[in-house]
Amino acid sequence: MNVMDTRATSAMLYLDGVHVSFDGFHAINNLSLALEPGEMRAIIGPNGAGKTTMMDIITGKTKPDEGTVLFDGSVDLTRLDETRIAELGIGRKFQKPTVFESQTVQDNLLLALNVDHSVRGTLFWRGSKGESERIDKVLETIRLTDARNRLAGSLSHGQKQWLEIGMLLAQDPKVLLVDEPVAGMTDVETHLTAELLKQINKNHTIMVVEHDMTFVRELGVKVTCLHEGSVLAEGSIDQVSSNERVVEVYLGR
Amino acid sequence: MTPHILTRSLDRAATTFILIVAGLGVLIPLSNLLMPQGSMFQVPTYLVALWGKYVCYAILALSIDLIWGYCGILSLGHGAFFALGGYAMGMYLMRQIGSRGVYGNPVLPDFMVFLNWDKLPWYWYGFDKFWFAALMVLLVPGLLAFCFGWLAFRSRVTGVYLSIITQAMTYALLLGFFRNDFGFGGNNGLTDFKDILGFNVQADGTRCALFLLSCLALVIAFLICRAVVTSKLGKVLIAIRDAESRTRFLGYRVETYKLFVFTLSACMAGVAGALYVPQVGIINPSEFAPANSIEAVIWVAVGGRGTLVGAALGAVVVNYAKTFFTSGPLAPYWLFMLGALFILVTLLLPKGIVGTFNAWWEPWKARRSAGIAADEESAAREDGIGAPNPAE
Repeated sequence: MNVMDTRATSAMLYLDGVHVSFDGFHAINNLSLALEPGEMRAIIGPNGAGKTTMMDIITGKTKPDEGTVLFDGSVDLTRLDETRIAELGIGRKFQKPTVFESQTVQDNLLLALNVDHSVRGTLFWRGSKGESERIDKVLETIRLTDARNRLAGSLSHGQKQWLEIGMLLAQDPKVLLVDEPVAGMTDVETHLTAELLKQINKNHTIMVVEHDMTFVRELGVKVTCLHEGSVLAEGSIDQVSSNERVVEVYLGR
Repeated sequence: MTPHILTRSLDRAATTFILIVAGLGVLIPLSNLLMPQGSMFQVPTYLVALWGKYVCYAILALSIDLIWGYCGILSLGHGAFFALGGYAMGMYLMRQIGSRGVYGNPVLPDFMVFLNWDKLPWYWYGFDKFWFAALMVLLVPGLLAFCFGWLAFRSRVTGVYLSIITQAMTYALLLGFFRNDFGFGGNNGLTDFKDILGFNVQADGTRCALFLLSCLALVIAFLICRAVVTSKLGKVLIAIRDAESRTRFLGYRVETYKLFVFTLSACMAGVAGALYVPQVGIINPSEFAPANSIEAVIWVAVGGRGTLVGAALGAVVVNYAKTFFTSGPLAPYWLFMLGALFILVTLLLPKGIVGTFNAWWEPWKARRSAGIAADEESAAREDGIGAPNPAE
């Protein structure tokens, strides 16, 4: 118990005994999970395991019925709304790539930059050199420099996924929640995305939800398998994938 | 700061629009006042007033386009803000009548004498002064929009539900203003105006001045809208329109942005109403009718949502058509024509007049400049300078 207590203070993201139910359906059931600062964690689990709901809870979209959700060891996320949580430094990439389709790639990143987000700040905003340099750097990282003036809606699916990761980078959060980053990507794109996440992990804490086992293996990080709203197994990818219960859940009983 | 905003807001289309409005604003009054009566170059006074009305509608359309076209807030009750601005101006004009009214009461407007009221209700105080009325023109619609928006946006009422409660809002005001004991002239509204700032409202000179002022207000409203939509705030508004929850997860306080733009838009609609009333000579509760607000949304859809210029153009085109058709033998069928127009625009020009024009014009312009670039590139290659690869 003592060990758990110290972990609670040092963890970047700490969930303990979280419950959520929708109309009697227990989406999250006594879920406990801790992410250390600088860690990258892969979350796997069959459909309906509660992966996206867990991200909804962390980002303030869904309020848990009970349980503790702490950020940086001290901030209670269950009391805050989406905007405040984003301001604190938790960024999120959605399962379905959600970029601002009618605006250019560059403007998408500009909107994501973690600068003054008040009405007055944006009304009287004038670009600065530092900001455009940051945008250039992100564009380079996500390999979209040549597409900077294209409308985001005209990008390919994989490019949209990258743009959304780029928006996370521009937001420069402490924790990145990345939901299915390689869904619908080619093998090459998947590989590049894994490289990209590893690079980002050098100075960010990341939680990745993904189905693609090749991709998870390539990340080479600790894996948590969720099932019916709680943690089924945790460990390296080899440990988790050889766990009998995990195999049972994935292949059906 | 200022030159920066100006250069950013004024692209070619915006400059053209302002020049046309300014040109009309000066030429129409000049022709009315300077040309001899009956000359073919003289714009008759009734037309000056009619076009003045169109210009006010154009301002209302701009205010709707700002929130609907750029932020996705479909207000079907914007006529309420227009009418409130109109009533504020109407109250000033009523107080100016003074003892020239039918009952000759120096303080009480005729309808109050008729209702046997013996003193002015408190909310009519101050309206004998123009500056106070002018302030109320902005403040009353602005405050209502602020309170309404604060409640609605905080509770995350969006889409069709928001449209429905805006309809309810304007309908509630319609019912209120119909009542005699509400103190705004009931069914008849406010009318029989004599003068504004000491000038006779019926005089040609006053009508021309009001027309010029309306054009000026249209230009200013347009510049404000342009400054807003070309700023970073404009990009945030479009982001909210296209993916509201994504914007929230980026750390933008969506409800504050909506509240800002909704209140700004309501103030603009109020000014439009205030300029409208002295030109048409009456304001009554029918201005609150939900159908009016829906009609204003149709103007924006016809002209082109999210283009500003299109909204103003749509207001003028639809209202010109309305005047044209309702004064002829086709008058009974106007509402059918309006409905047909809306269906046709939705089917054939879903982006409206200006939006369709842009969709056709911009690729053409891009192709032309791409053609020029390609020419330069091949010229450069001939010179032995490697052009960078235009990669995906």
